[in-house]
Amino acid sequence: MSKKAQLYRTFKDKINSYWMLIWLILVVLTPFLIGFGLFYKSSLIFEEHSLTNLLFSTQWKPLAGKFGFYPFIVSSLLITILAVLISGPICLLAAINLTQYAKSFILKIMQPVIDILAGIPSVIYGVWGIIFVVPFISEDIAPLFGIETSGYNIFSAAIVLSIMIIPFILNILIDVFKAIPEALTEAALSLGATHWQTIKKVLLKKAFPGIISAFSLGISRAFGETIAVLMVAGNITKVPTNIFDAGYPLPALIANNYGEMLSVPLYDSALMLAALLLFIIVLIFNLFSRITIARFEKNM
Amino acid sequence: MKKIRKIEEIFFRSMALMSSILIIFALGLIIFSIIKKGFPALSWEMVSQTPKGGFYFGKEGGILNAIVGSLFLATGATFLALIIGLPVALYINVYLIKRVKLVNSIRFLLDVLWGVPSIVYGAFGFAVMIYFGLKTSLLAGIVVVTLFIIPIMVRAMDESLKLVPRGLLESASSLGATKTEIAFRVFLRQSFPALITATLLSFGRAIGDAAAVMFTAGFTDSIPQSLGQQSATLPLSIFFQLSSPIEEVKNRAYAAALVLTVIILIISILSRFLTKRFKKNIIKF
Amino acid sequence: MENQNIINIENLNLSIGKQHILKNINTSIPKNKITVILGPSGCGKTTLLKSLNRLTDLNPDVKITGKITIDDINIFNTNIDVTEIRRKMGLLAQRPYPLPTSIFNNVTFGLRISGRTNKKFLLPRVERYLKLANLWEEVKDRLHEPASRLSIGQQQRLCLARGLAVDPEIILADEPTSALDPISSAAIEERFIELKENYTVIMVTHILRQAKRIADNVIFMYLGEIIEQGTAEQVFENPQQEITKQYLRGSFY
Repeated sequence: MSKKAQLYRTFKDKINSYWMLIWLILVVLTPFLIGFGLFYKSSLIFEEHSLTNLLFSTQWKPLAGKFGFYPFIVSSLLITILAVLISGPICLLAAINLTQYAKSFILKIMQPVIDILAGIPSVIYGVWGIIFVVPFISEDIAPLFGIETSGYNIFSAAIVLSIMIIPFILNILIDVFKAIPEALTEAALSLGATHWQTIKKVLLKKAFPGIISAFSLGISRAFGETIAVLMVAGNITKVPTNIFDAGYPLPALIANNYGEMLSVPLYDSALMLAALLLFIIVLIFNLFSRITIARFEKNM
Repeated sequence: MKKIRKIEEIFFRSMALMSSILIIFALGLIIFSIIKKGFPALSWEMVSQTPKGGFYFGKEGGILNAIVGSLFLATGATFLALIIGLPVALYINVYLIKRVKLVNSIRFLLDVLWGVPSIVYGAFGFAVMIYFGLKTSLLAGIVVVTLFIIPIMVRAMDESLKLVPRGLLESASSLGATKTEIAFRVFLRQSFPALITATLLSFGRAIGDAAAVMFTAGFTDSIPQSLGQQSATLPLSIFFQLSSPIEEVKNRAYAAALVLTVIILIISILSRFLTKRFKKNIIKF
Repeated sequence: MENQNIINIENLNLSIGKQHILKNINTSIPKNKITVILGPSGCGKTTLLKSLNRLTDLNPDVKITGKITIDDINIFNTNIDVTEIRRKMGLLAQRPYPLPTSIFNNVTFGLRISGRTNKKFLLPRVERYLKLANLWEEVKDRLHEPASRLSIGQQQRLCLARGLAVDPEIILADEPTSALDPISSAAIEERFIELKENYTVIMVTHILRQAKRIADNVIFMYLGEIIEQGTAEQVFENPQQEITKQYLRGSFY
């Protein structure tokens, strides 16, 4: 091979490695850029309000300069926790079924089902919520408790969310159960335990950190979900007292008000703070989930 | 005692099965609801015309603006993300082959980024645009959605690239290949079907996203003629029409939702089909 | 010249992290012979082989001291292009790793990356090297089929042809028959014996009988050290070291 061609190849390789490195750095820097950008935009509000005041005040009156995030935080928490409470056990049982009991044909159906559930856009879930969940809650469920509601409330939002987060929780749970060595369950089975006893006493115990990780990933997904929740939660600025009350979660607050925020002083700052809060809370749960799962895999 | 154990076994076993069936049922229910509500309102006019005067009061027109806008936006963002994401994924797996710890940290960071909600990207994009005095546009929407799908794309590609066996890397190196040649001629080919899946997955995310584009792409009744113009998107079109009190407008929202669902299902089927189609060159290890 | 050495290794030490894998390796490899590196699994044979064409560069935490010269060129010299060193040697791995492309493109990969893309130039070479690897008759009608469709024994011969096509001086083989059936293994061994006329073959193995069948020259390694080396006759008929004797008796593998 000619010397020149060889030189050209190594030169090309060098150049490629440089621009690819630069792109990698850009990609890695994005989250820091986002964090910094949101912090910079929201910092103005701290000049007039303290953080505790913002987080725990129930007064949200932008025109009067009052920015209390408490109702939104409570709504977000309620919806998220309820969604994971509904979704968690179902996913756990389904993962047990898929990894311990199921015939391979159910597994074959399940993988595309999970993929499609993950692929359906948020807005479609929202539409489904309006078509199906909202009337179902207001006409069938709430009357059972003697409650009258439009159906646009925390419970509806949680049901819609609980289905949206299934793929995320279930995928991790399946991986977790698959990571547990078969020898372990076989040992318990050969001691005469029934399959369920083995699952209960051996598998679930071993998988516990993985399960926690899956649920906290579910929490982080649920917390940031916007459009679907916005469409069914009701969006009334009031601290909800039960699950049949309308709620107004943080992402919905941002999405609903970005249009007017420029005309009211500090409003934009407050909404950017809401985005920053969302960013931080999601990151914390995500981080916790990833660390737990990494540890779990190391111990397997 | 034995009987109780047996009952317990049967109970939980059927609960586990029921849960799986429930999940499948939920998907079926969602698709059924969308079809049932959307299909009657669907017409050729809906998908072939832009909104005419009074469209939002139930008069004539369609959602072509949103369909085309969404396709433009998703195609642009997927293209940009591919240009950035593919080299990054290859770089991690070929050039950084020796830096195991660094690569693991990058994977960790991308995993964490994967969960950041799109509305945070949207708000960030909006903040930047205000700072520089920019108006909402198709381009702004594309850029923000690109940022949003890059971690998804890179990690999905990375998952398949990291399965390329070391022996293949060593073989290609032994033939005198440079890292560039190994990355683009060997790794790229070996993972090709998975890379297509990753790209289509990202496209699906881009076309379905509403929260990020809400802030950045704006909304308009006409089909955008340039990157600088505002652009409608399908999810937002659904969202806006559904908040109307007029029954006809709402019905069209359901039809639009059906259109979006069909697009997503087509992407899903296409990705399965293409994966099979391109598998023949892949060496199984 | 009859006993010319193509490779010289002086005081080679290699460690990965805290593990000392190769300890004070000193040896020479004669040209146009089959040199077999023999020893039980995990004794550093493969690492020694891979350090010859600097594949060890691809591993994290590898530290190397000492000197390896090939054709009197120090391969650790940072001024030379590692891809050029690697082209001097064709590698046959423990199992075949065909590239994810057609048979034709596999054989011509080394040529195409260096800019020789002319079909008229490539076609006769494909035939020549596939014949050298004794694969031509089986694949001549389906050169453009994916390599993945070949049997594993054919794949290994394809990898041999692909390695020969970059016109190397040396063939490095790392237990090249360990994934193959006996017939395919015999085919590879046969190839090596014919190829040594024009190439230097270095093969790692832990199969004693295979070593006896084809070796001209033997390097016996144990726990990262060279215990004994010499011609096949010397090492097999008249070993000097106790460990070698035990190994040859089959006391351990």
